[in-house]
Amino acid sequence: MEKQSDLLLDIQHLHTAYRLQGKFYDAADDINITLKRDEILSVVGESGCGKSTIAASIIGLYDHKNTKVTGDILYNELNLVGLNENLFNKIRGNKIGMIFQDPLASLNPLMRVGDQVAETLYYHTDMNEKERHARVIELFNQVGMPKPEETYAMYPFELSGGLRQRIVIAMAIACKPEVIIADEPTTALDVTIQAQILDLLEDIQKQSHSGIILITHDLGVVAETADQVAVMYAGQVVEKADVKTIFEHPLHPYTRSLLNSMPQSEDEEEDLHVIHGTVPSLKNMPREGDRFAARIPWIPASAHEKEPVMHEIDPGHWVRCTCWKTFHFEDDEASGE
Amino acid sequence: MWKTVLRRILIMIPQLIILSILVFFLAKMMPGDPFSGLIGPNTDPKQLEALKRQAGLYDPVPVQYAHWLKNLFKGDLGISYIQHVPVTSLIADRAVNTFWLALITTIITYCVAIPLGVTAGRHQDEWQDQAVQIFNYITFAVPPFVFYILGIWLFGFTLGWFPISGSVSPNASGFFGTIGSQIYHIILPACLVALISTTSIVQYLRTGIVDNKVEDYVRTAHSKGVPDNVVFSKHILRNSLLPIASSFGSVIAGLLSGSMIVESVFSYPGMGKLFLDSIGQRDYSTLTALILIFGVLTLLGNLLSDIIMSIVDPRIRIK
Amino acid sequence: MAKEIIQVKNLKVHYPIRSGFWNRVTDYVRAVDDVSITINEGETYGLIGESGSGKSTTGKAIVGVEPITSGQIIYQGVNITTAKNRRKLNYNKDVQMIFQDSMSSLNPRKRIEDIIAEPIRNFENLTTDQERERVQELLDIVGMPSDSLYKYPHEFSGGQRQRIGVARAVATNPRLIVADEPTSALDLSVQAQVLNFMKHIQQQYDIAYLFISHDLGVVKHMSENLAIMHRGRLVEIGSRDDIYNHPMHIYTKRLLSAIPLVDVEHREENKKHRQEVEQEFQNDQSKWYDDKGRVYPLQQVSGKHWVALPKDELKQEEIKEKGRD
Repeated sequence: MEKQSDLLLDIQHLHTAYRLQGKFYDAADDINITLKRDEILSVVGESGCGKSTIAASIIGLYDHKNTKVTGDILYNELNLVGLNENLFNKIRGNKIGMIFQDPLASLNPLMRVGDQVAETLYYHTDMNEKERHARVIELFNQVGMPKPEETYAMYPFELSGGLRQRIVIAMAIACKPEVIIADEPTTALDVTIQAQILDLLEDIQKQSHSGIILITHDLGVVAETADQVAVMYAGQVVEKADVKTIFEHPLHPYTRSLLNSMPQSEDEEEDLHVIHGTVPSLKNMPREGDRFAARIPWIPASAHEKEPVMHEIDPGHWVRCTCWKTFHFEDDEASGE
Repeated sequence: MWKTVLRRILIMIPQLIILSILVFFLAKMMPGDPFSGLIGPNTDPKQLEALKRQAGLYDPVPVQYAHWLKNLFKGDLGISYIQHVPVTSLIADRAVNTFWLALITTIITYCVAIPLGVTAGRHQDEWQDQAVQIFNYITFAVPPFVFYILGIWLFGFTLGWFPISGSVSPNASGFFGTIGSQIYHIILPACLVALISTTSIVQYLRTGIVDNKVEDYVRTAHSKGVPDNVVFSKHILRNSLLPIASSFGSVIAGLLSGSMIVESVFSYPGMGKLFLDSIGQRDYSTLTALILIFGVLTLLGNLLSDIIMSIVDPRIRIK
Repeated sequence: MAKEIIQVKNLKVHYPIRSGFWNRVTDYVRAVDDVSITINEGETYGLIGESGSGKSTTGKAIVGVEPITSGQIIYQGVNITTAKNRRKLNYNKDVQMIFQDSMSSLNPRKRIEDIIAEPIRNFENLTTDQERERVQELLDIVGMPSDSLYKYPHEFSGGQRQRIGVARAVATNPRLIVADEPTSALDLSVQAQVLNFMKHIQQQYDIAYLFISHDLGVVKHMSENLAIMHRGRLVEIGSRDDIYNHPMHIYTKRLLSAIPLVDVEHREENKKHRQEVEQEFQNDQSKWYDDKGRVYPLQQVSGKHWVALPKDELKQEEIKEKGRD
């Protein structure tokens, strides 16, 4: 077992609900995940599955009026849920760094990029202006900026997408955080740039021994970078395991269906696997029984648990519900809708 | 940046030329000439003809235009048909008055509009915002002259806090006494005009803040652990002030050339009142001169706006 | 040998760059520079490139919504780069387009019935009943329930909207559909649905696709022949086997190596390979691009396989051998 101090984030029974027309709906429903030091945990799922909600809950950035967060997010024994804003601001950017999807939108268009990185240092270190400048240059070197000194005084619009994302990363790692949350960090980038950014994230993680939560919809990105994987569907984690197990011995019907619908499959002439129906919206999410049941209607109701819970099938491999035991793909000829 | 500014100034040259041609033809089309009003029963028509010929009124139009332009550069805008004094001197005094009125109005406008806009944007949909919105609806919907008359009635007659007409008290003496009296005369009209001109600035600022608040970069700033109030002032507000700063030029140009109603309600001797008076008296030479000045002011205001924009917005500055 | 449906010859789309004090045209952005491709009837031709490569501009130029600088687009033996010729051949009926962003390409104020019927109304004279029947039929083809007729675009999910976009494109019985990143905004399982529909419709109605995408996995699944574009020019064209199994241009190799693979077992090796290719790409810039950083003209390597090789003949032979290893 790992030492206690290796556990960076311990998320227990996290519920994050958004208010829609006066009622609260859980977008993240009873999430239990942990992040350890030196680990890349990938949270993967389709849009609306609640993966970004988890990121927002951890870093405490949500509309406080219309969002209700309950449960525990323990960071070194400190519960981030309901944490006082002043204390939280000492953790954000300092102990927990955040990387967002769209690097252009995530940067202030009217501020020099160097100053934007230095701003993080201003609030979390007692460096003076000169030291901050030097540290920013050091960071720019670390994230592979071609001309750090020149770049300092540039504005976001003067940089390419890949370089902008490097700035955002430099900002996130400026204070050597223990936890880095990357929410779709490469979705807006070209595939060659994506590869470079993912490599950079891995390098940073290895150097700093931090833990990274990588939120993505791209199974290829997961396979290439993650150590641990949590697959989410309709607000719940449905399968949790190390990356090898997820890709080589997936058990949950959703994980298996998703992997099957990737166009990288061997037979190019075959139809792609299609999952029946559509992802339910937040308001229409089934709150009882197996949420995925409606999308595999050929599996009898008796195969599902009444109140599906996570079962540890093998050490470290958790699967929700028992339906995986009897799950099989529908006959090929009927795989379309 | 200097290139942008210089290019912008060069673009103004053809604009000015077109404006001057328009105003020139306007002046030509207006009835009357510099000798109107001088004609008495004893005037010899032949002598008048000769005078007119001498003044170049029968020259070809381009020659007249060139002549007019030359005088323009010398600061000669012609003679007032009614008051028989040079238009330039007639306008000069009024322009100073209007300038002071516009300046003080501008200061009050921004002093009121920015706090209101910030409050509304920051407390979007809360009672503060709703209060500002109601204020805005009123200032937007009620016609300006109603405001002015109400203001005169309340602060001038009823409370007697401010004078209700003129630009300076005839009893004022000494340098400071005069200045003091002038400012005293300006305050009420300036406040009332400012009340109205805040509307669009408040609205722009509020919308800017509301839009910027939900931008990704604001979320990024929060994720860096920047305190709330700093995120607001350094990121949200600064970026929302950009369009406000750039509208400064047109606002001041608008105040300089659009003060007719307030000046006439307050009998304030400025360019606006002169303009209305000239219409009333059919003083066409003064009228065209004023139109020219208002046109130039508008162009200058836009130029100022563009220059400010190119200074404050790096996306325009760096090119 | 399949019959070609459209031939693009030396297509150029250049935009002027204005700069300097007088804002004069100082240079051109060569968005599309000397692109020639041939699409056969009923096939899916893949056009791959990263952002800014000119792939979308090429697609728009083929549909006729992007003015071209020079070049020819031959359809039924006629150059259709003029609006007159397009009208004469009913080109705008025969060639349709599907866009990436289905939300902004469907008029939010129109009902689905009107959206799908619009191209029919433009090109055919049908009675109201016939038209409704046709729209129903089209909705059936893309697997949408018939009550969709009276709904508005915002009432549908992204995948459903994209299927409506497909139905609209199919409405006029086109022979070629230019699909510009049709599934890039969709989730994996929804993407699978849309791609399947596109394939079914193709088989049923013998439609050719120009499938524009940055996703090499999707293009591999969809197309028999494909072209790789970089900096406005073609880098490599060939069959699926040529490109995916015998890539020759360094840019193609780089692109292929950058696709994240679902191969956890070998991910370290894959990563190493990718970084080697990237290194080679960085080091050999001068070899693969001319002194202006532009891609060389294509040279035939084998049957369908054309590669933008450096002019040097000797090198070409070397590379040829390496590529066939």
